[in-house]
Amino acid sequence: MRKRGLAEIFKLASANKEILFIGSDLGEGTIDEYQSVLPKQYFMEGISEANLIGMAAGLAMEGKQVFVNTIATFLTRRCFDQLAMDVCTSNLNVRLYANGGGVVYAPLGPTHMAVDDISLMRSLPGMTIIHPSDAEEMARAIQASESHQGPIYFRLARGGETVTSRKDLEFEIGKPILLKKPKEVLLLANGTMVYRALEVSKILEAEGIGVGVLNVHTVKPFDKQHLIPYLSEVEAILSIEEHNIDGGLGSATAEIIAEYSGNRPRFKRLGFPNIYPDYYGQQDLIISKYGLNILSIAQEVRSLL
Amino acid sequence: MDFKSRCKKIREEILELARHSRRGHIPSAFSLVETLVTLYDDVLKFDAKNPDWKLRDRLILSKGHGCMALYSILADKNFFSREHFAGFCQLDGILGGHPTREKIPGCEASTGSLGHGLSIAIGMALNAKIEELNYRTFVILGDGECNEGSIWEAALSASHNRLDNLYVLIDYNKYQSYGSTNEVCDLEPFADKWRAFGFDTHEFDMRKKPEELKSFFEDHRPISGTPVAIICHTIKGQGAASLEGNLSWHHRSKISDEDLSSIKDEL
Repeated sequence: MRKRGLAEIFKLASANKEILFIGSDLGEGTIDEYQSVLPKQYFMEGISEANLIGMAAGLAMEGKQVFVNTIATFLTRRCFDQLAMDVCTSNLNVRLYANGGGVVYAPLGPTHMAVDDISLMRSLPGMTIIHPSDAEEMARAIQASESHQGPIYFRLARGGETVTSRKDLEFEIGKPILLKKPKEVLLLANGTMVYRALEVSKILEAEGIGVGVLNVHTVKPFDKQHLIPYLSEVEAILSIEEHNIDGGLGSATAEIIAEYSGNRPRFKRLGFPNIYPDYYGQQDLIISKYGLNILSIAQEVRSLL
Repeated sequence: MDFKSRCKKIREEILELARHSRRGHIPSAFSLVETLVTLYDDVLKFDAKNPDWKLRDRLILSKGHGCMALYSILADKNFFSREHFAGFCQLDGILGGHPTREKIPGCEASTGSLGHGLSIAIGMALNAKIEELNYRTFVILGDGECNEGSIWEAALSASHNRLDNLYVLIDYNKYQSYGSTNEVCDLEPFADKWRAFGFDTHEFDMRKKPEELKSFFEDHRPISGTPVAIICHTIKGQGAASLEGNLSWHHRSKISDEDLSSIKDEL
């Protein structure tokens, strides 16, 4: 997903000289190829996120669209004040390209696991948050960003995800994509959880439970009009995210449901229980540890009915 | 009008702003006056009628709490009318206790959270390099502001990007909120630090020989690839004896007419 997105940014930058890319001490050679072709659009800075965001803001004030790339935890927490004051107060075209959303970097420990990033970004007025489900959707999200005014947080998943997105369903920032129509249950998911939600749907279908899947690739803005039509249709809604349950997709969903005046379905948020995971291991193991694997999610659905 | 009278006029305007809100960081604004008058009268290229002119020199007041000095000089140069002074720190005013770029013609960046302006200035200076435009970018830092780590991240980046079109001026008025800079968090050897970060570094005594800053810019030729740091030695509250080095004024609110007229008499 990361490479596909980088290639897509390069494609945009090749056709539009207003598009810049700044990396923060990325892995060796990450942008060599791009930099050799577009030396005035590709920059590598040091490990200095606060400076990076201020710099990107300065460039954006001059009319540039600036992609800034480093690891999600550092790109959100370390420079939060710069994001709020330099970027968001002026609604600038800064694009945060955040590696390792969720527990991708599980072996590296809590410093590198982004479980509060979406929550932090959601609190910033004007920040758009996109968490695509696979590399193809990431490419479509990057393409869509070119005509978008205002800052965007792109949250990357692991890479090599099973492709579940479909070109024919068209990608539009802020518009969730219905991958499967619901009967009794609707699952809201994004990132790596979209694939899991679809698998859960298959398992439960065999048991006679009709489970729909809505890919909420854009966590913010999440307009209630995209959810309300389902509220009176289904018995239960579950949000599933590779993120803490506070402040992310689950919270965004809960806010819409809580303010809905009609009959509400049962609702549950699945995610990490507002913790910083203190395990190492692999991404899938941590996801399982917190009950977010396919079988556990299926059980949560059953118990909600 | 000679330089001294110009500075006196700007200080009177600062007091006029303070009169409308009964608050504001007067001493932090006063220490900026000689520097801002020099820059706006003799150094910067700008067109007040077209504040977004592409080739204008950019100036960012990173120590946003000194904004009354910026507002006074911008109004003096007709970026906006003095009528806006009445709205200083008021609900519908464009001039706040810290400056906002969307509201104020001639204000390049919204500042107030310290340690931000230099990085923004680097972005603007880098843009000039990318686009091969010959505007220059100036940024004024506070001395206390240089406690922020982001300033030194940015200093590394300015040299790394070889921004010889970037001018960092530091209003070294020797005081921050709690006390003197050497008591709170010593900056010395300050000039050596900027030199070590790769800046062509100069120091000026803005109390006794402010005209030297003007002369510097008249003769200045950039050293290829080298950003410039200029330490402006000032004193907090500069220009009014009762304010100079008097920390009780930093956060003062409920400023009375008597306070203002006695300061005015000292100018």
